[in-house]
Amino acid sequence: MNRTTQLPDRRTVRDRKGAAPATPPPARTAPRRRPTSQQWAAWGFLAPVTLYLVLFYAYPLYRNVDLSLRNYTVRSFVQGDAPFTGLENYQTVFDDPTFAPALLHTVVFTVVSLVFQYAIGLALAVFFTQHFRLSATLRALFLVPWLLPLIVSASTWSWMLNSDSGVVNAALHAVGIDAVNWLTSPSWSLTSVIIANVWIGVPFNLVVLYSGLQSIPASLYEAAALDGANAWQRFWRITFPLLRPVSAITLLLGLVYTLKVFDIIWIMTKGGPADSSTTFATWSYQLGFGNLVPAFGPGAAVGNLLVVAALVFGLVYLRVQRKQYAS
Amino acid sequence: MTTATTVTTPRPRPRPRRGRSLGRTTWWQTATGLALTAVMLFPVYWMLNVSFTRDQDMRKSPPDWFPMNGTLDGYRAVLDQQLPYLATSLVIGLGTVVLTVALAAPAGYALAKLRPRGGGVLSFLFLVAQMIPGIIMAMGFYAIYLQLGLLQSVPGLIVADSTLAVPFAVLIFTAFMSGIPSELLQAAQMDGAGPLRTFWSVVLPMSRNSIVTVSLFAFLWSWSDFIFASTLVNGGANEPITLGIYQYIGNNNQEWNAIMATAVVASLPAAVILVLAQRYVAAGVTAGAVKD
Repeated sequence: MNRTTQLPDRRTVRDRKGAAPATPPPARTAPRRRPTSQQWAAWGFLAPVTLYLVLFYAYPLYRNVDLSLRNYTVRSFVQGDAPFTGLENYQTVFDDPTFAPALLHTVVFTVVSLVFQYAIGLALAVFFTQHFRLSATLRALFLVPWLLPLIVSASTWSWMLNSDSGVVNAALHAVGIDAVNWLTSPSWSLTSVIIANVWIGVPFNLVVLYSGLQSIPASLYEAAALDGANAWQRFWRITFPLLRPVSAITLLLGLVYTLKVFDIIWIMTKGGPADSSTTFATWSYQLGFGNLVPAFGPGAAVGNLLVVAALVFGLVYLRVQRKQYAS
Repeated sequence: MTTATTVTTPRPRPRPRRGRSLGRTTWWQTATGLALTAVMLFPVYWMLNVSFTRDQDMRKSPPDWFPMNGTLDGYRAVLDQQLPYLATSLVIGLGTVVLTVALAAPAGYALAKLRPRGGGVLSFLFLVAQMIPGIIMAMGFYAIYLQLGLLQSVPGLIVADSTLAVPFAVLIFTAFMSGIPSELLQAAQMDGAGPLRTFWSVVLPMSRNSIVTVSLFAFLWSWSDFIFASTLVNGGANEPITLGIYQYIGNNNQEWNAIMATAVVASLPAAVILVLAQRYVAAGVTAGAVKD
């Protein structure tokens, strides 16, 4: 089905307006001759960014691994003579009473956020394919939550969810529901940060799924309508199956992004109260920067576990994307 | 797919979809759309509302749904206290844009058009680099900057912030520049232009749209960055607006009109971008996720 998606804009550069495939095709044209002078030129152009990649990605990553394998204190952090301790930091992290809750919260936060973001995003995307008056404008407005700085969204939600003066509790009160301690009760804090995160993530799902819906040929719907399929059947028999490749990409990318969500949780609850909304991302920050006595080693260890998880799902994402590209 | 053309074209294509939208029923669809948008944007409205609310009305129950007795105290506080933070954010944002485009545009050209040996591996590394959690990068940068004495410095934060945008930018440039017809580049070569000249006089001018997309995102991401700011320049003289808001929340828990007014001001770049450059934004969102 991906062939059909390519038809519209394979014409000129001008038509494409900067939108682009995530996987560049150059490798596929490899069999042709590569002149040596062009190789020099190519790597000349690539040299700055390669150096950059080594200095500012590889080296910080390496430093992070190094941090996690040594017993750093503030003094040895500055002097750089911390003793090598192998996997001791990881052992500390695994034995920490925060480990199990943080793992659970990370999984719950990620899965629940993804499910709601995707479901709401898809429903809105389908709704917006109907091209009614103002639909393009309203769809553009839906991008707002995604464009706002996270600190803005998070502090706005903090105040809206405030126990005493927040508008959410005021609304609940108006319909006769008791006030909820959204941010200060351990049983609600995770829900609160998930609500805010879903709000932030819906626009991304909407835009990507909407552009996926555009590639489903209208003739299919017309044929189904002629055969007497109702809207519900058209959605489940045509839209949903044909959207599967785009859905897979959206969800996997969302997964990688949601795993590393830090700002929202930290600003709204700092992972608390009593670690009730701590995820690996906030725990890592808490260990490294959140206390008076920083525990860089364990903090880096937690962070590295997060990197491994993100990379595993990231590689799955790339595999799925490659497969779709090849098909 | 991508079709930024369809995503971004302001008016719907004329062909009927789903057979329903023939004009008869669109009024209730518009009404539903308006209602949904209102729900979605309620937090934004609330931010505006609170930013105009007087201190004495702040803890009223139930809260005022409209700023009836509006005040500009919050915005006055922004002018008094937050301007240095905003200036720092602006400098850092522009620095990040320049650094990102300068690094990524040549790389995109090479990957798209010059078929370097090992180019596939490099593109792959950029995809992977995008997936590294910010907290990891922050901790690594902290360790390095501590030794180099680059903590609290603007260039340090610019470099760190650019890591948010460079991989994305390389991918966008590569994808866009592979759409430039090779005949054009060959013609330039015939006329005696070397690779550098071709890049500067042919490729770059043709890539205006992708430069805009990349610049917008690079600016927005560095403007919004909190994690690098809070680890690398915390407590120094070079704190950006995100830290300004964060410390506001921590220090004076009471003046939420000032906090929300700062939040409104911090949202202005996003608003401007949405109004002036929406098509570039939609192009950027889909480009990262959906293949051509």
